[in-house]
This record gives sequence, structure tokens and C-alpha cells, in this order.
Amino acid sequence: MFEDFSLFPEAASSYAGDIDAVYIFLIGVTVFFSTLISIALLWCMLRYRRREGHQAQQIEGSLLLELSWSIVPLLICLFVFGWGAKIFYNVLTPPKDAMEFYVTGKQWMWRIQHPTGQREINQLHVPVGEKIVLKMISEDVNHSFWIPAFRVKADVVPGLYSSIWFEATKVGEYHLFCAEYCGTKHSKMGGQVVVMDPSDYQAWLDAEPAGVTPVEAGRLLFENLRCDTCHAAGSGQRGPDLAGRFGRSVTLADGQTMRFDEDYVRESMLEPTRRVSAGFQPVMPTYQGQVNEDQIQKIIAYLKSLEPEVGDAAPER
Amino acid sequence: MTTTMEKRRAESYLGGEYGIKSWFLTQDHKRIGILYLLGLTFFFFLGGLFAVLIRLELLTPAGDLFQAETYNKLFTLHGIFMIFFFLLPAVPAVLGNFLLPLMIGAKDVAFPKLNLLSWYLVMAGGLFAFWAMVAGGVDTGWTFYTPYSSTYANTHVIAAALGIFIAGFGSILTGVNFIATIHKMRAPGLTWFRLPLFVWAQYATSLIMVLGTPVIAITILLVAIERLFGVGIFDPGKGGDPILFQHLFWFYSHPAVYIMILPAMGVISELVSCFSRKRVFGYKFIAFSSLAIAVLGFLVWGHHMFVSGQSLYAGMIFSLLSFLVAIPSAIKVFNWTATLYRGSVSLATPMLYALGFIGLFTIGGLTGIFLATLAIDIHVHDSYFVVAHFHYVMVGGVVMAFLGGLHFWWPKMFGRMYPEWAAKVSAVVIFVGFNLTFLPQFILGYLGMPRRYHAYPEEFQVLNVLSTAGASILGLGFLLSLVYMPWSLIYGRKVRGNPWGAKGLEWEVVDTPPSPHNFHETPSVEEPPYNYEGEYTAAEVAHA
Repeated sequence: MFEDFSLFPEAASSYAGDIDAVYIFLIGVTVFFSTLISIALLWCMLRYRRREGHQAQQIEGSLLLELSWSIVPLLICLFVFGWGAKIFYNVLTPPKDAMEFYVTGKQWMWRIQHPTGQREINQLHVPVGEKIVLKMISEDVNHSFWIPAFRVKADVVPGLYSSIWFEATKVGEYHLFCAEYCGTKHSKMGGQVVVMDPSDYQAWLDAEPAGVTPVEAGRLLFENLRCDTCHAAGSGQRGPDLAGRFGRSVTLADGQTMRFDEDYVRESMLEPTRRVSAGFQPVMPTYQGQVNEDQIQKIIAYLKSLEPEVGDAAPER
Repeated sequence: MTTTMEKRRAESYLGGEYGIKSWFLTQDHKRIGILYLLGLTFFFFLGGLFAVLIRLELLTPAGDLFQAETYNKLFTLHGIFMIFFFLLPAVPAVLGNFLLPLMIGAKDVAFPKLNLLSWYLVMAGGLFAFWAMVAGGVDTGWTFYTPYSSTYANTHVIAAALGIFIAGFGSILTGVNFIATIHKMRAPGLTWFRLPLFVWAQYATSLIMVLGTPVIAITILLVAIERLFGVGIFDPGKGGDPILFQHLFWFYSHPAVYIMILPAMGVISELVSCFSRKRVFGYKFIAFSSLAIAVLGFLVWGHHMFVSGQSLYAGMIFSLLSFLVAIPSAIKVFNWTATLYRGSVSLATPMLYALGFIGLFTIGGLTGIFLATLAIDIHVHDSYFVVAHFHYVMVGGVVMAFLGGLHFWWPKMFGRMYPEWAAKVSAVVIFVGFNLTFLPQFILGYLGMPRRYHAYPEEFQVLNVLSTAGASILGLGFLLSLVYMPWSLIYGRKVRGNPWGAKGLEWEVVDTPPSPHNFHETPSVEEPPYNYEGEYTAAEVAHA
């Protein structure tokens, strides 16, 4: 029972130390103020204890004190807010050059696919020192992907992509948990994150059956589902040419603009007439029921990989 | 004439009529307060029983005592009964009902029949939830997150949710009643700034009850519509929005935290003042901080959703607003502490609870700052850190204040004194047990233990064993009060008048226990609240 006992978790990601620093600072603040209040209470209890011959002296209050114990905590709060928000921005903004992994949550397992095509369940093997982003979606209820040693977590919900990124800094095995209650076997929905040296990771990849990469699988789906009849270059222009569109902005038929991102691609496949690109008719049929979340992720991976055609107009921003 | 007057004086609200009917059809706010006390005590110990079972399961890492589904039902029912059928109504419905008219010099609340109706609604809601439990339970967690609750769960979601829906109307009616009573029924001369701070706190609480509760009622109906008729509202599989439920749920459920804690803070202001024999330090700051909390409390719900898929910038705004709501709470803590300065401090049981409250609420509030900090919340969200934090506020705060208030006004309610030595032992045992239960959970949360886990990795066991040991001590403390409080109704020392030498209409003018109509003639108020000026002798403040 006392093996592995510790009071502080291992820190194994590039930003874990930043989060721990705020945490330790706030422990300091908490200890300071609770000690201050406790000592003040204890001192008053003893010094002014009710006894024969001792009378209370009435005091009206003090504006100076009220202001100081409002403003000092306020300043501390604003400082901690800014500090925390800065780190939060960093943790929520994935770097551009990160390796992209795909995660699908379902009751009660995590399915993970590597950029090179290898798949695993409830295990995530990653190389140390590499920036990695996970694109995540759920097939059923809300889940949450948590790696305590990396100090990172994000809910994985149905119908909406979420992502986390990290750079592991220490080789080792760490817990992977589902943190959002998801039904009967919630506490069993987890496993390990295995951080390896890049050479070991490569060896691991080589030993696993690679299958096809997500991009290649997406290309095959794009053809098999006949997406290319309307969406490829020079296809008769029933639908927009999708090459190089990912990450840009789209102008919709009603004049609104939105980002051509994971959620837009997913929605356009499942509810194609809801937000149609300007200049096109709402004629696309829905693929609801014909594609699952894993397949949608592959099509997204394929669309992301497409370069704009040569001679294409300057990208809209 | 004199003899009838004498006779009327001798008669208390407890006497006169004795029959079952006279209690269950009563419109007397004091009797309704007692009815609430009975009902809520039952739900508290029911919720406590679930807590004991949860802690027993977590004694070992393997999920070996209960099956996973049973465990999930246990924590769900613990949450539902404790929050909706104990913590939310505890202070307003028991102490508020009993005291509000007494404190403002009124014969009753503005709408006595509505008051009785709200008791029936809360009890009916509780029985619905109880039925859901007996019929097989519910396993969604008290938060009912969709689409699990609306599409996937196979348990009695509708029955439990309907219980909360019904009880919600009780809450709304109590809020309306208190607002009307405080506005319209104050005694002559009892201006707003002469009101006891307990009344200010009840007023702020009532505003939240009236404005917030309809939102949870609507949300519950939407879940039921999706579950029963398959209309896509929250489930993206049916075309709904996956995050919408969380927005609606927390738009009520965060302010609901203040429905629980604000009236508890009101109790603490009364206790600290009486047992220091001092005016409350910074009366207006405490009064207005209650209103500030009530208003700001409606603007911070998104801090439950920092990692839910809400936008980065929404997260930042909600974080900033959550930091701001900490300031009025800090103001209160500092003012209570300053009230003791140069006082005449008695350590009678109610004051022990008040001091315990200040210490535990300080920790509960400061750990709230951790959670409002975006960087830390990414890590500890949905972990045991959160569990520890809200138990410090809910148990360390609300339950401590409720027990402190109950002991303080017990002689006023029943004309008998509780046994002081047993009460002190119980208060100390509860304080020690509480800290041993929940301090380890902060550490567990940062280490990485997720909440709502039936089984957990072995390295978390030591801290879980400590927590379970603490819970056993805590449970004994509560059971001890369950023994000596009823005992004192028969064997307790008889009390007439004002045993604490306390200020306020309810102590200085009203009989002990109060007569059915509270005041023999309408009192008029000519002095500020907590007017503890002047010399006193030890005999006047017996419980020194």
C-alpha cells in the first residue's frame, strides 16, 4: 500500500512545470491567509475571552481596513488570473508543426490512430521531445482525456472536435484516465501513455502493423463515397474544389464567413444543406449513417493534406 | 382581562393544538420551519448513508464492495439528496422560515399558505427522488450531463429529475415569500440598515432562488422531452448541441451554490456578533457583499466548462469573473474575524461552529481560486481536488453554519437547552473528522485521481484510507448530535427568555418559545442592530 506513495505527481510535459509553479504559488497564498485568519481568531479567543470584569469595546468599523482587505486580494487575484490565462492560452494553442494523432472515445475505451496508420486501444505510444496534437471526438457520450503527468485534459464530446497538444519530456509510463463520468465502466476507461526515445518509438512503429495512413485511408474513402465527383478540380463544379481549402475561411450563401475546419467538414458531411458555400446549390445528400467518426477523421486528414492546385487564386483569409 | 393575557403568554406555538392535523395543515411559519427540520434531517442522514458506502468502497483500490453500476448510483443519490433535499433548503427553509418574521417583527411571512405549499412541494420532490432510488436508482451523477442522461442511461432518470423539478417550485415560492415579507412586513423603525445581517443574506438568497430556479426547471423538462420523445435538443446524434446542456445546467447550479452558502454566511454574522458581544465589524460591507455575490454569481457559470469545448476567450472571461466573486467572500471573512477584536469572546457550541466555519470556508474559498485559475483547472478539473473544494464549502461551510445556527436558536425553538458538553464534543469531532476526510482529497486530485471512480490505481490507496478514516469520525460526530438534540427536547434544561444575552427582536421581544403570533403588540425599533453597548454581568450571559 505504501509502494509508489507520493504527495506530488510526476511532471513529464513541457508545460507541466508552468502549471505546477502557479499551483505552488497558490498553496503559498492559501497557507498565508488561512494561517493569518487562524492566528487572528486564536489570539482574539484567548486575549478577549469572556471573563468576569472584562467588557467588550464597541468599534464601528474602518474604511481603511475594508479598502485594504478588498484591494490587496483583488490585486493578487488579477495577477494569478493573468498568469493562469497566459499558460492556458499556450496549452490550448497547438503548435503548427505538431504530429497529428486521432482519438475516438466510446463507452468505455479510447481508440487511437498514429499519423503513420498504427492503431491502438487504451494505450498511447509517443516519442519524447516531439510536439503532438490529439484530435478527439466521441461516438456516444461525453468523455474527457486526461494525462495527469502532462497536466493536460480536454473533454471529448460527441458532435464536436476537441484537441490537446503536448510535448513529453521524460521517458516512462503514465496514467491515461477518462475524467468525465460516462457510465458504468467509467473508471475502467483508461490505460497508459508510453513515452519512448524516438528510436524506440520508431522500432515500436515498425513492429506494429501499419495498415494505411489516415491520409491514404481518407483518399480511398473520398473516392469510394464518390465525393470526388462533385468536389475534385474540374468536376463540373457542383461542389467547391476542396484542395487547399482546409484552415481557410469560407463565405456561406447567406454572406456569413466561417472557418473551414474539422467541425465544418464533419457538419457538411452529416448535414450538408445547413451551411452551404456561397455560389453553390444545396444539392449534396447527407452521409449520416454511411460514415462513422473514425472515417470522418480520415477524410479530414486527407483534406488537410491536399495542396492548392497550381494557378489557384490567392487564398482568402 | 389580565388573566387571559397571562394565559396567552403561557401558550407557545408548540402547545395549543397538538393533533397531527394541526401540524400538517399549519400556516405558522415556525411550525413549518420545524416540519422542514424533520424532513431535511431524514434526507441528510440518507445522503450521509450513501457517503459512508462510497467511502467504504474506496477503502481499497479494486472495485470490490459494490458493482460499478451500484457505486455510480450511490454517488448520484448522495449528490441528489444532499444538494437538492438538504443543502439548498437547509438554512433558508428551516432557520429562515423560523426566524425571518421574528427578526423583522412580523406575525408571519407574507403568504403563509404558499409557505405550507412549498414544504409539501419539497417533500413531494424528495419522495419522488426516494421512489427513484427504491425503484432501482439513477446513475447519471447529480449533474445529469447529456447525452448520457437523455439517451444512454437505463436508470430512473425521469423520476429523479422530476423530483428536483417539483422541489424547485418549493424553492421559488419560498423566495417569493421571503422577498415580499422583507419588503412589506418590517416593524416600524426597522429600516434596511437596522436589519440583522441574516435577513440581508436571506434577501440575496431569495433573489437567486426566484431568478435561477426556473432555468433548472426548463432544463430538466428539455432533458425529459429528449429522453421521452427523442426530440434532438442536447444529443448531437439527434441534431442537438452537445454543450448547451452544460450552459443551462450551470447557469442555475452555480448560483445554487450561493443559495446554499449565502444564508449560511448570514448565520455566521449573527453568531460571531452575539458570542463576541460586539457590533458586526463593517455591517454595510457584509450586507452589500451578499448582494454582490448574488449578482456576480450569475456571471461565472462557465468556470465549470473550461475544458468542455467552450472557446478559449469565453474561458478567460469566466475565469476573470470568478476571481472577482472571491472578493466579497474575502471581505466577509475579514470582517467576521475583526468582529472578535476587543470583544468578549465566548466559546459556547454555536461559536465553535462559527469559528470552524470561518477556518474551513477560508480554505474552501481559497481552493476555489485554484479552480478559477485556468492553468490549474486544466489539470484538476473533474478530479478529487474539485470534490475536496466543494465539500469544504458545502460541509465545512453550509453544514457547520446550519449546525451552529441550530444550536444557537434551539432554546428559542423548543424552550430547552441542548447539553453543552455533548455538543462541544460533537463539534470538535465533526471538525477533526471533516478535515481528515477532505484534506487528503486535495492531494489526491492534484496527483491525478479522477472523481466518480469506482476503482483506482494502487498508489492512491494511502490517502483514500485516511479519507475513509476521517469520514468514520465525521459520521460519529453527526450521529452524536442526532442523539443529544432530540434527547434535550425532553431532558434538556428549561429555558425562558434570552439565554445568550443576544440582541435582536427574536431574543429581546419574542417569548421563548415564541407564542403563536410571535408578538403580543407590534414592536417598534429605535436602535441599530447588534447594539451591544453597555455593561453586563456574567449572569446575563449565562453561557460564558
